[in-house]
Amino acid sequence: MIEFHNVFKRYETGHEALKGVNLALDSGEMAFLTGHSGAGKSTLLKLIAVMERPTRGQVIIDGANVGRAKNRQIPHIRRKIGMIFQDHRLLADRTVFDNVALPLVIGGLSQRDINSRVRAALDKVGLLNKEKMMPITLSGGEQQRVGIARAVVNKPPLLLADEPTGNLDPELSAEILKLFEQFSQVGVSVLVATHDLALIARMHYRTMTLRDGRMINTGLEE
Amino acid sequence: MSRTGATASQAGFFSRLGMAMKLHRQNFSGSLRGLFGQPTSSLMTITVLAISLALPATFHVLLKNGKAVSQGWNQGVEIALFLRPEISDSRAEALTRTLQLRSEVAATRLVSKEDALQEFKSRSGFGDAMDFLDENPLPAMILVTPTRAHSSPDSARALIATLAKEREVDVAQLDLEWVRRFQALLQLGDKLALALGLILAGGVVLIIGNTIRLAILNRRPEIEIVKLVGATDAFIRRPFLYTGFWYGALAGLVCWLLVTLLVFWLGGPVSRLAGLYQSSFRLDGLAMVESLWLVGAAILLGLLGAWISVSRHLKAIQPQ
Ligand SMILES: Nc1ncnc2c1ncn2[C@@H]1O[C@H](COP(=O)(O)OP(=O)(O)OP(=O)(O)O)[C@@H](O)[C@H]1O
Ligand SMILES: [Mg+2]
Repeated sequence: MIEFHNVFKRYETGHEALKGVNLALDSGEMAFLTGHSGAGKSTLLKLIAVMERPTRGQVIIDGANVGRAKNRQIPHIRRKIGMIFQDHRLLADRTVFDNVALPLVIGGLSQRDINSRVRAALDKVGLLNKEKMMPITLSGGEQQRVGIARAVVNKPPLLLADEPTGNLDPELSAEILKLFEQFSQVGVSVLVATHDLALIARMHYRTMTLRDGRMINTGLEE
Repeated sequence: MSRTGATASQAGFFSRLGMAMKLHRQNFSGSLRGLFGQPTSSLMTITVLAISLALPATFHVLLKNGKAVSQGWNQGVEIALFLRPEISDSRAEALTRTLQLRSEVAATRLVSKEDALQEFKSRSGFGDAMDFLDENPLPAMILVTPTRAHSSPDSARALIATLAKEREVDVAQLDLEWVRRFQALLQLGDKLALALGLILAGGVVLIIGNTIRLAILNRRPEIEIVKLVGATDAFIRRPFLYTGFWYGALAGLVCWLLVTLLVFWLGGPVSRLAGLYQSSFRLDGLAMVESLWLVGAAILLGLLGAWISVSRHLKAIQPQ
């Protein structure tokens, strides 16, 4: 599903965020990505969603080198990816419902399909009663869950989550991770970046570790 | 990947079409509401655009009327052929008949030596003085009116050159020079109008582009988010194109109104002036087709400005 071959990412500032990263993630596999703050976790996820391009090396999704994708192909790559952002990235002037509906509207679904799918996604994250509210009137954890609902609403084959439980209490965190688990069981690949080590310890999933941009543990050999 | 990759196409074609049309409608009226949301600044922009468009449009109307006026002058064109003094009246009559047969000639009129003298006497006031002359000093003259097709300065000039070659003709005259000059001036005006039109069209594109740029900057976070969840450039461009469309359309309409008011305002004095010259000339405003052209061109410029502006900003948020 996802393969990194000797990937380097140097930002314009000259900072090298990733240094020779290799990894492989299968379809339907769920894995965690950990590392200290600034280790390069978000950068790695951004390379998959083509929000950044690798300086060197190959980022391959489904056999296609997305690092070299043409700009007009990027939207179609992103539609296959549900991304949960560390900073939520919600539309401030739209309701919760509209925010979650966005990927479906872009995909051109009918209003009826949109209604039922959005409600189903909101139900999964426990926000069905807040669909008419504006994001700013929600708590940090609720905003995060709106982002999660938006990421899963069009049932993408790949789910990337950047610190999805950062603002959630342990109980809610466990629930969200169970949701991810369900997705992986129906064939969705899930990659979760987090420094919530307690959470990881409880889950027994493959865990990759980044340090200063280097993959020091791909979580394969125990 | 293929398992869920086809979700978008699962919706039937017609419901997708319905959705797309609904989206279009929302964008379309939404962008108009956007304009009315900030009435003063939108109104100012539209006024500036309308004035920019009104300059070349007014120029065009003036030129059109100038051409109509000078067209009228051509119809009164008469060529005067002064015959050699020794030509007899009968030869003059024969020549008149021959000329009448030419295809370029609409009418001929012979003014014999005697007629010329009579006319001179009655008009000049030297009547009595002429009686003292032994001989009539005036030559016979043939007045030739070219057909409408041969009344333009160039063809009239060609005709005069041919007629001057007739053996009986001494001098051929046509007072067309000033008409030619006026028409050359009109041609220059055409070029000027075109240049002015192009420059101001460029200005309109820039103004609309800049207005849209501000709208884009306002909504930049939103654009980034929508792109992140997989929107194509076309999807993002659409509402801004509608905004450009509305700016263009409204500016075109206001411009039409300005020009029409101007023509209406000038119409009275122009008719009065024309009346002094025994002319029934009336100032002509923008015709239906021209009005449609004007609004259509304004819309196109609006779309172009929006397109350029959005494309530039979309490029700026592409991944590095
Ligand atoms: N757009 C950018 N321009 C320049 N440097 C950047 C940019 N984004 C990230 N970096 C740098 O790259 C390094 C890795 O950043 P990244 O966001 O991937 O870290 P992270 O592992 O997600 O950290 P955190 O756990 O705090 O979110 C950091 O040192 C950061 O300063
Ligand atoms: Mg991060």
